[in-house]
Amino acid sequence: MAQTNSDIRYLTPITVDVRKKKYCRFKKLGIKYIDYKDPQYLFRFVNDQGKILPRRLTGTSSKYQKKVAQAIKRARHIAIMPYIGDNLKETK
Amino acid sequence: MNQYEAVFIITPVLSEEQMKETVNKFEQFMLDKGCEIIHQENWGMRKLAYPIMKKSSGFYHVFEFKAEGQFIKEFEIQLKRDERIIRFLTVALDKHAIEYSKKRRELKNNKNNEEK
Repeated sequence: MAQTNSDIRYLTPITVDVRKKKYCRFKKLGIKYIDYKDPQYLFRFVNDQGKILPRRLTGTSSKYQKKVAQAIKRARHIAIMPYIGDNLKETK
Repeated sequence: MNQYEAVFIITPVLSEEQMKETVNKFEQFMLDKGCEIIHQENWGMRKLAYPIMKKSSGFYHVFEFKAEGQFIKEFEIQLKRDERIIRFLTVALDKHAIEYSKKRRELKNNKNNEEK
């Protein structure tokens, strides 16, 4: 029986997109407050143009997404984070 | 008496003691008005993410204090009038924020003790 499986040659391997269950990292880790003063943490929620990542990508719940968005906007106000980032921002 | 956190940036053009003088001026202003300063942090010279008033670096200072509600308005007027301050932000701290900053301070103290 095993041979028949190997006989079937697919041109491209069938990509089964395994749907990774998204979870809210704040609920899981029990983080209650997002500090607007440390940039390393906030840069994870921002794409390389400095825009805030949407919930469908990060999977955070709405309550914490609001906190993240507010923290990022505050960080931008005191020039810890750029409004328009250049793409080498990730390497900071 | 709720708890607040004020971050402000001082222009880098000033000399060292002028900077100290501005920070002391605000500290004194707070103490006169009966606020209780819990913690002060000094990040020193830091590069700004974007130029403010044609300057690309600034001297950051953070105050964490307990104060009356109406004090904040006077405090911000003072900050606005002082032209050495190029940017400021005062934030009220809720209970999670207070807990977070307490933990952060203890963490830092432990680290200092270990270094000594």
